[in-house]
Amino acid sequence: MELNELLILSAFLFCTGIYGVLARRNGVLVLMSVELMLNAVNINLVAFSAFTKNVSGQVFALFVITIAAAEVGVGLAIVLLIYRNLHSPDLDEVDQLKG
Amino acid sequence: MWEQQVAFSVLALAIGSAAIGVVRSRNVVHAALFLVVVLAGAAAIYILLAAEFTAWVQVLIYIGAVVILFLFGIMLTRAPMRGEGSRLDNDQRWAAVVVSLFVLGVLIALLVDAFGGQDIHFSHTLVNLGRTGSVGRDIFRVYVVPFEVVSMLLLAALVGAVVLARKD
Amino acid sequence: MLQNAWLVPSLPAAAFLVILLFGKRAGKSAAWWGITAVAASFVASCVAAVQWVQRVDDATGTSNGLAAFTKGVVTTNDVHHVVKPVTESVTWWQNGAVKFGVGTYVDGLTVLMLVVVTLVSLLVQIYSVAYMRGDRRFTWYFAALSLFTASMLTLVVAENTIQLLVGWELVGLCSFMLIGHWWEEPENSRAAIKAFLTTRTGDIGLMIGIIVLFFTVGSFGVGATNLYATGAGAHHDLLLAAAVCLMVGIIGKSGQFPLHTWLPDAMAGPTPVSALIHAATMVVAGVFLGARLYPVFFNGFSIASGGVNFMALIGGVTIVIGAVLAFVQHDIKKVLAYSTISQLGYMVMALGVGAWSAAVFHLFTHAFFKALLFLGAGSVSHSAGHTFDMREMGGLRKRMPITFWTFLIGSAALAGIFPLAGFWSKDEILVNAGANGFDAFLIVGLIGAFLTAAYMTRAVWLTFFGEFRGHGHPHESERLITGPLVVLGALSVGAGVINAAPLGLEKIKDWIEPTFAFPVVGHAAFDYPKAVLSVGIAVVAIGVAAYYWYRNAERPLLSGLTQRSPLARAGYRFLVNKYYLDDLYEKVIVGGIQGAVARATYWFDQHVIDGVVNGLGRGTTQLAHYTYDIVDQRLVDGAVNELAHEADQAGAELRRVQSGRVQRYALLLFGGVGILSLALFLTNTI
Repeated sequence: MELNELLILSAFLFCTGIYGVLARRNGVLVLMSVELMLNAVNINLVAFSAFTKNVSGQVFALFVITIAAAEVGVGLAIVLLIYRNLHSPDLDEVDQLKG
Repeated sequence: MWEQQVAFSVLALAIGSAAIGVVRSRNVVHAALFLVVVLAGAAAIYILLAAEFTAWVQVLIYIGAVVILFLFGIMLTRAPMRGEGSRLDNDQRWAAVVVSLFVLGVLIALLVDAFGGQDIHFSHTLVNLGRTGSVGRDIFRVYVVPFEVVSMLLLAALVGAVVLARKD
Repeated sequence: MLQNAWLVPSLPAAAFLVILLFGKRAGKSAAWWGITAVAASFVASCVAAVQWVQRVDDATGTSNGLAAFTKGVVTTNDVHHVVKPVTESVTWWQNGAVKFGVGTYVDGLTVLMLVVVTLVSLLVQIYSVAYMRGDRRFTWYFAALSLFTASMLTLVVAENTIQLLVGWELVGLCSFMLIGHWWEEPENSRAAIKAFLTTRTGDIGLMIGIIVLFFTVGSFGVGATNLYATGAGAHHDLLLAAAVCLMVGIIGKSGQFPLHTWLPDAMAGPTPVSALIHAATMVVAGVFLGARLYPVFFNGFSIASGGVNFMALIGGVTIVIGAVLAFVQHDIKKVLAYSTISQLGYMVMALGVGAWSAAVFHLFTHAFFKALLFLGAGSVSHSAGHTFDMREMGGLRKRMPITFWTFLIGSAALAGIFPLAGFWSKDEILVNAGANGFDAFLIVGLIGAFLTAAYMTRAVWLTFFGEFRGHGHPHESERLITGPLVVLGALSVGAGVINAAPLGLEKIKDWIEPTFAFPVVGHAAFDYPKAVLSVGIAVVAIGVAAYYWYRNAERPLLSGLTQRSPLARAGYRFLVNKYYLDDLYEKVIVGGIQGAVARATYWFDQHVIDGVVNGLGRGTTQLAHYTYDIVDQRLVDGAVNELAHEADQAGAELRRVQSGRVQRYALLLFGGVGILSLALFLTNTI
């Protein structure tokens, strides 16, 4: 199997995540898109680990998973707070830092 | 071997469509479920690459915890479940499409240029590589410090999430 | 002494300073300091003269010069020996290659002038002790006389033209001061200013001449200038220009036509001053200049080629006009003043016809008898009514015998009666004029001789003969006054012998005439016919005049002529008004300048210059307004404001990026990432 296939899959996943991050209005959906990106990275890491026969890639992927989990927790807490204050999960409404 | 190729193709297809589903779905819950598919597909790919430990950790944590968190979040924020699609996308949709496609293009060009023609060789070494023991050995020997740090991070995230979400 | 000739001017200069500083306290005795100093200078001058004669004799091989003079033996030497003058010089300032020096140039002319100046100054100062007794500014008078003597001596020994100019100006200043000695009377100060300004006008020419000479010759030195002018490569036209300019200076200082108008007015000063300055010494400074720089004039005016030249012409005209005016004067000093003008004309004419020795000889003799005449007039005034108006004199010959006889001797010498001094010198001029081919000037000289004898007879008659018409009690003057008169009388008799050619004595030519850097001039032999002719003319003139005025006392012959004949009246008025020259100068030239030119200049100043200045001011103000309104307010501020506005707009535009929406930022972020990656990819792979 070609390495590139995996890498291109990972790239596709990543870019889909980008689209989601940029285009989705709901904060939860944005977080989901972030998860997509993280997973893309993970696939990349593991692919390279298999390619280079180095287990560090997998270890790195494990760390990423861990951090993703932590991040989702905190992120959702933030989304909850936004919802509580603005009474809407709409990220467009979060523009207090408007210049 | 052709089996892996076929398996990979199926998986790739699934992951790709599910990813698009995540970002284009009009129903939030549907998006979450599509995410599950993506995560599962990723786990399957790890198994395909003989990274078993990583695969099962992915399943456990991502599908088992993260998605649950998402669903709770959806529930608590009363996200519109059945709204018009446009209400879930903001006004920079098309710019986002352009950007993401552009980045995709660049990445693909880069990857093809850099790694064109490289193969993953499946062998016993690869299989042995993905074993729990091998991974564990690497974690606790080489990356013990990041491991400790990550645990600190988890603690901090936990406490932080609790603090943030407190009602007072 | 030849090397130390600087002592001669220094002694009177020192006396001047001493009198100036201590004179007031010393009172009358201050005069004797001045007299002592001048006497010492006179002695030094005589020593210098003797030494010079010795020098000439040594050079020419005449072993017994002085002895020859006393014995009357002549050793002629046809070989032309060059006797170089003795020069000493100290550079007091140097600017690049131009050196300004001060020093002495001692040759025959110098020693002759030294003796004349110091002797006459000495006699005049002795005379002044009595004449100026009780004067309001007695000590200052003597200080000024000492200063004058020192200045004149500086001029005479001058080694370069700058020093000569310094002396020239100083004597002009002293003349001004002394003419205006009694400046409380406005006509005296007017006369002083007139003298000063008129000579100043001539000085312009002098200064220009000096500058032209400097650039032609390359040096200020007298010797260098003469060498150049007698040399082969002399630039004739430049020398002509210089000669003309110097001639202007001579015209001013030596009272030639047309700048002679100041001399008669200068008689407002004390009589001893008139004797010293305006007869014997200062007025001859011009003639001295002509004699000293003679090669310049000789070359410039092409005197050798005969014909009328500027110098001779001016001299000749002056002879006549001075003499004619002497007839219509009532003031005896004015008669003598016009006589001086006329005699100076003789000297300048002599130079102009190439008779250098004759001119210098005449200068020599004239100094004595003219000073004598002036002092005599002063004696008359001092003792017979303090007036100079001859209408208030008369019949003084019995009351003032010494004055009368000395005055008579002086007049005869002036008229050129044999064997008095004036005869020899005047005759020499006439002879040389004829011999060098200047026949017209010979005629002029003879006419002048006639007139001279005539007007002097008139003066003598009106003063000493007839009945006393004045006030006061005439008596002979004291010894301090008559003493100098006697000395000068003796000199008027005997001084001519020094160059009496029939006696084989040509000492002026031998000792005085320069041999160094001097052009070849002709020396006419003594011409018996001409001598007889000139004496005869003089005697005839005396006779005619004496007869006329003798008859005039009883029954005026020509009296009433002015009433009867309008032509005579016009002629008389013409003469009395001094040919209207004074009116021309004062009313037309000066008045014109004062009036019209001054008004024009004022108009120009007010309208043109002030107009320009005001216009500039207005223009600048306008420019300022323009700059403020348009440039500063609109352009500059506009640009600045526009810039700020643009910045504001840009800011406003850019502010829209900060929507506060994170996803917008993320869009830009990923967009940027993509572009950067592409750039990196492209630069690294292509």
